[in-house]
Amino acid sequence: MFGTLSSLAPGIFDELRRLEDEMDQLFGSVAWPMGIRAVRRGTFPPINVGSTADRVDVYLFAAGLDPKTVDVSIQQNLLTVAGNRSVEANQDADYYRRERFDGEFRRVITLPEDVDPERVDASYRDGVLHITVQRREAARPRQIQVN
Amino acid sequence: MTATQEVVRREQETVPARTREQAPLLRPPVDIYEDSQGITVQAEMPGVSRDRLNVQADRNTLLIEGEIALDMPAGMEALYADVQATRYSRSFGLSSELEPDRIEATLKDGVLTVRIPKRAEYRPRKIEIRSA
Repeated sequence: MFGTLSSLAPGIFDELRRLEDEMDQLFGSVAWPMGIRAVRRGTFPPINVGSTADRVDVYLFAAGLDPKTVDVSIQQNLLTVAGNRSVEANQDADYYRRERFDGEFRRVITLPEDVDPERVDASYRDGVLHITVQRREAARPRQIQVN
Repeated sequence: MTATQEVVRREQETVPARTREQAPLLRPPVDIYEDSQGITVQAEMPGVSRDRLNVQADRNTLLIEGEIALDMPAGMEALYADVQATRYSRSFGLSSELEPDRIEATLKDGVLTVRIPKRAEYRPRKIEIRSA
């Protein structure tokens, strides 16, 4: 059964694996200076930030969030995400472990200086809040023609 | 975390060139509770879609695993990363009064809920006290 499956779609699993390897390389080995607004590791929600020439991508790993209750705001290059993640407690049950974060959270992320606060986009999927902020045109590398 | 896992994790941190099999794993935070009908495990695995989730149970162990897939533009450079691995994994020992064959799992917005029912004979029964 599995043999048939993999022979039907030979490329797809390789492609997923490649994606993963890329992510591991990208986020796995960064040595960044600690920012003044940096918080203790393990603060909810965990955040990854990546950049390309034309935009900055912020990923907040916040499962079980109601997107309507999340407040995303930006002032110059300071991005603030605040909200409330409430975990419904089962009153009739005995708890053995409660490791999930419950309550209000707020994280402030310092973005590169050249981001355009007018062009921010946010989406929520599979428990990840993905915010993209475009960079200003002037800051992008330009190809200069040699005459 | 068991002692063995702890040792494995420390070794990995000192070895820069990691192979895929040794790549660090993320340990999803969980809530676990028991009611009269069974035990429920709720695990946070943001970034995992249904098709990249694996929940397995045999008589003794419940294993939950998942792989993160993010929508990333080509050529992205990392500026900051709290999450430095792409695979979640965690396992729990089960006990004999649970019925692993009747486990139900649901995934919503990165929260996995696994419900493990108790065998009927282990569910508490309310005993009526008749007045004499």
